[in-house]
Amino acid sequence: MIIGEQKSLSEIAAMLEGQRKILIAGCRSCVAICLVGGEKEVAVLAESLRLLSSLKGKGWEVEEVTVERQCEKEWATELGARVQGKDAVLSLACGVGAQTIQSMYPAVRVLPGLNTSNMGAPEEAGVFLERCGGCGDCVLHLTGGICPIARCAKSLLNGPCGGSQGGRCEISPETPCAWEEIHRSLERLGRLDLLEEPIPPKNWLPARDGGPRRIVRKEAVLTDEQKRAKGGRA
Amino acid sequence: MSPRSDLERTLLERRFAVTAEIGPPKSASAESVRRHAREMKGCADAFNLTDNQTAMSRMSSIACAAVLIQEGLEPVVQMTCRDRNRIAMQSDILGASALGVRNVLCISGDHQSFGNMKESKNVYDVDSVQELMILRRMRDEGKLWSGDELEVAPELFLGAAANPFADPFEYRVTRLAKKVKAGADFVQTQSIYDMERFERWMALVRARGLHKRVHILAGVMPLKSHKVALFMKNKVAGMIVPDAVIDRMKNSQDPKEEGVRLCVEQIEHLRDIEGVQGVHIMAMAWEEKVPEIVKRAGLRP
Repeated sequence: MIIGEQKSLSEIAAMLEGQRKILIAGCRSCVAICLVGGEKEVAVLAESLRLLSSLKGKGWEVEEVTVERQCEKEWATELGARVQGKDAVLSLACGVGAQTIQSMYPAVRVLPGLNTSNMGAPEEAGVFLERCGGCGDCVLHLTGGICPIARCAKSLLNGPCGGSQGGRCEISPETPCAWEEIHRSLERLGRLDLLEEPIPPKNWLPARDGGPRRIVRKEAVLTDEQKRAKGGRA
Repeated sequence: MSPRSDLERTLLERRFAVTAEIGPPKSASAESVRRHAREMKGCADAFNLTDNQTAMSRMSSIACAAVLIQEGLEPVVQMTCRDRNRIAMQSDILGASALGVRNVLCISGDHQSFGNMKESKNVYDVDSVQELMILRRMRDEGKLWSGDELEVAPELFLGAAANPFADPFEYRVTRLAKKVKAGADFVQTQSIYDMERFERWMALVRARGLHKRVHILAGVMPLKSHKVALFMKNKVAGMIVPDAVIDRMKNSQDPKEEGVRLCVEQIEHLRDIEGVQGVHIMAMAWEEKVPEIVKRAGLRP
């Protein structure tokens, strides 16, 4: 899932300066699970902004809406009527969701209420950890099911650097050394042999370095005729 | 095979090698490098130039190496994976070779969060093992990693770092073996204060026969004070400084002399360990002490 963090109230207030009719748009998917952009968080932020507006005379009229998934056009169309006449939409979805609604409603300003952080997972209540680097060429089969791209501060592919000590990464005591974990996992799996052979330089072309990625599932692509039959939406 | 550098010659002839570190300045003038060069000339086979150590911008290691060559000293250029991708890395190696650099130390590099520009982006297109693979191909096959032929291949003596004090301990020898497989001709270790752990590591190195496949230079760093020792212990990732060392420094009337004496004792001890073929002296911001240490350890006249 996508992990995000809400921007500070002062940062959000600064973005909304000069706007009047504002729609806060939440998303029930990832950002609801990581407690930053679901219905509840939308309500809390809306109240905070209303309070701030009345205290500081900002003149904001704040409305709330939350959709199932802001990143999918099928769900984001639900916003249509609510977006009408607004000066700004403050999106509490991830950057993907915010961009989807901006592309669907190009006449209104879409502002990001969140900082989208990473692809991760809830570790325990209230703790979310980055897990995948989205490099486009998965190596988990070589690394005991632990991603060195996302979880090693240097994305090393050939074992821990000289800064790994006591299972901790050199960048901070709160950060586990991914390679210590990989070593332990491969030891448990009886596959320490995988650490013996040098892994050559990685092909970063399928990663972000190769430019924005476009993935096409040919069997799912609609023909022009099918698109027309669906009413022009694809 | 004829040696590509004086350092390689010393090691091939089985003479005990000495390398020493010179820290590039935060300056557009190489005057301090020239000063160190004049002070240190003749006390070591080759001199490491660190590459933006602790992730702070300093004069480039290759530029400093060129200055050392002008002064008649042999450089070891350190090249981290933090600041350059494979394109820049190979380009820098061609340039360094043209300037006369032969010894290159391939390292991951300290994470930029250690430095004074923590907000910068790191590269890590390749890691230190992959850096060795790339440089070896340039040397042995006369090709860039892409496969493109080089008109003239670089003559390189390839180095790697080894840290017996980092974890997981059992993996540290595997990692050395991997670096040897990838192309390391020599290794320089992290500073040794925990001699017992270093000897355990060396025993594992010998058990795998690695000491016969790679030249091992044991790292030492003279301490100026017990505060420096405490800093190493608590703040430097991948270092072990036993309390006995800290106490010895603390209880000394003349800590600087004690630091030098301890370093000399360590060198004398390291010389007798089977498989150790030299020492690498890292006298950070204390370069002028290296000739004295080398002399007192009986390594050079």
